[in-house]
Amino acid sequence: LAATAGSNAATGPPSGTRRRRSRFAERETWTAYLFILPWVIGFLALTAGPMVASLYFSFTDYGVQQIAGFEPTNRVGFDNYRQLLDDPRVALSLKNTFIYTVMTVPAKMAVALGLALILARLAFASGFFRTVFYLPDITPPVAIGIMILVLFNGSTGVVNRALEFIGIPGPFWTTDPSWIKPSLAIMSVWTVGGTMVIYLAALKAVPSHLYEAAAIDGAGPWRRFFNITLPLISPALFFTFIVLTIAGLQTFTEVFTAFFGAGSTGAEDPDAALMSVVYLFRQAFTFFNMGFASAMAWLLFAIIMVITGIQFLVSRRFVFYQGDSR
Amino acid sequence: VSTGGQPNLPTAGAGVATPRVGSGMLGRALGRGRGQGGGPRFGRLRSGIFMALLAGISILALYPFVWLFSASFKPQGDVFDNRLIPRDWQWNYTGDPTPVPGDERLFALPDLPMLSWIWNSVWIGLLAASIVAVSSAIVAFAFAYFRFPGRNVLFGLILATMMLPGAVTMIPVYLIWNEITKLTSEAGALAFMPDIGVNTQYPLWVPNFFGSAFYIFLLRQFFLGIPRELFEASRMDGDSYFSMFRRIALPLAKPALIVVFIFELQAKWFDLITPLIYLRDTALYTLPLGLKTILDQQGAGGGGEGRWEIIMAGTVITVLPMVILFAIFQRFFVEGIATQGRKG
Repeated sequence: LAATAGSNAATGPPSGTRRRRSRFAERETWTAYLFILPWVIGFLALTAGPMVASLYFSFTDYGVQQIAGFEPTNRVGFDNYRQLLDDPRVALSLKNTFIYTVMTVPAKMAVALGLALILARLAFASGFFRTVFYLPDITPPVAIGIMILVLFNGSTGVVNRALEFIGIPGPFWTTDPSWIKPSLAIMSVWTVGGTMVIYLAALKAVPSHLYEAAAIDGAGPWRRFFNITLPLISPALFFTFIVLTIAGLQTFTEVFTAFFGAGSTGAEDPDAALMSVVYLFRQAFTFFNMGFASAMAWLLFAIIMVITGIQFLVSRRFVFYQGDSR
Repeated sequence: VSTGGQPNLPTAGAGVATPRVGSGMLGRALGRGRGQGGGPRFGRLRSGIFMALLAGISILALYPFVWLFSASFKPQGDVFDNRLIPRDWQWNYTGDPTPVPGDERLFALPDLPMLSWIWNSVWIGLLAASIVAVSSAIVAFAFAYFRFPGRNVLFGLILATMMLPGAVTMIPVYLIWNEITKLTSEAGALAFMPDIGVNTQYPLWVPNFFGSAFYIFLLRQFFLGIPRELFEASRMDGDSYFSMFRRIALPLAKPALIVVFIFELQAKWFDLITPLIYLRDTALYTLPLGLKTILDQQGAGGGGEGRWEIIMAGTVITVLPMVILFAIFQRFFVEGIATQGRKG
């Protein structure tokens, strides 16, 4: 691409030109900063600033009295963080969130990959099926929460009717504590379309000559899959692994819709559905324990960062980036 | 390499027609591959077997929609009979033929202004999506076209914020809006201004003026694919940087802008937690919060009558616009999603 005035200015052309060029470069720089100004303001006001503020609040007793201005804000040291350790519901919510994420992420990746592998090689109608499988992914999460309640209803839901049909007595998915998370996870696998589309795009980028060469070498379908397909789509697998994990650890809307609020299942706020962000939300915006909730937000942030960091480290061994890709 | 027509790839999406740059621009700019796929095509027999399998999975994918749609046309007692064609049809959406309290239809529910919620979701979604498309494009263009000190560091920062969990900033951002609320209230220093802040809809769309990390990334990739000569030519014609952006960059980026617009429209249509945090008055609600309220008031455990036919009708109203949007802009949904995988 064309070299810019900025990089030319340093090479020192005759002085007249040089002054014009450098002024030009200044103008370009100045304009560029003007263009990115919206994002800079947003970053300072809505990301960086709030993060610092959040860290500060996590060491204070900031709550409903302080928001209203009735009482001064007091520094409380590590009290909020100590309370995180003492509060059994924090541990419970983290446990629930981990279990849900561990159930959901591998299941979604496996189903998405299976579907994508078939669609990529289908001789016809793959566009039609791609549309059909993507469709559930455009369902608003609140609607998904409601669907869990009706489809997985223990006595009348269609899931249990189908299980009865093949001779399995279905559990009370939405009220039995040990079946709430599986029902959430199954519904989450239903919305696998986006992940599938990412894999499909990655599969399409695998050069066909590799398969031809492998076929000449006598590699069977399994070897082709493990030695060609899997390494070449590993960046996409890794990307979805990270994104799905972060999303799973922050799951809120479906769970909150189905199991919290005025209690649509009849059961009061089932402990088995208490996810971290749900508990965080309740502490912050139902009880306005902003200090404690800020500490919890930072705990959650630290956990997500550690998990993502581990994923990155592990990925170094397994993710293969094509050197000449673009 | 021809990117416009790819005869072997029926699902690749034929690309998007733009006035001056050839079709396939979106796919090419986003670095879509041009290989064969996960291996050789299936033969006829195996295609047939897999078609049968996929048809079975399609039923699983579509069944909840059909169930939902038909349940919304059933009388109260039949909702859970699991018939896909209602035994008795009942219109649960509009009108109020028997004005018995507790028996109203969806749009006539007392204190649950469904029509206002739809309207709120529509205008907030359209406004927020338009704003974020333009603001993100301006920022993205700067990162694609200009060379300036700190560019790579700043762009790395944008990529990093994509990973940031929203839960961390949720509380302090609320507190900022809470302060703004005080300032614009009657006793505040900015009392002359209209009320903005908590319990207004401003927090739902004003942040979009600052652009959004993922959209900036997506649009930058697109701008990088536009030949630089087009911009140089515009500069030769004496255009200012901004009119170059407006006259050359924006029109050429139309396919990517549509992707951003649709994604943001979808995000606003999905969003429950922001309205939950900021909105108190029922009339201000957007559709997701409205639907949650209907569920809580009309569902069995919440002291309501267990009017699931109404809840189903409300759910259909929430789901259907997205289905229609998807039907119209399917290619943009799919190409936009496929782009996400290219970040890795």
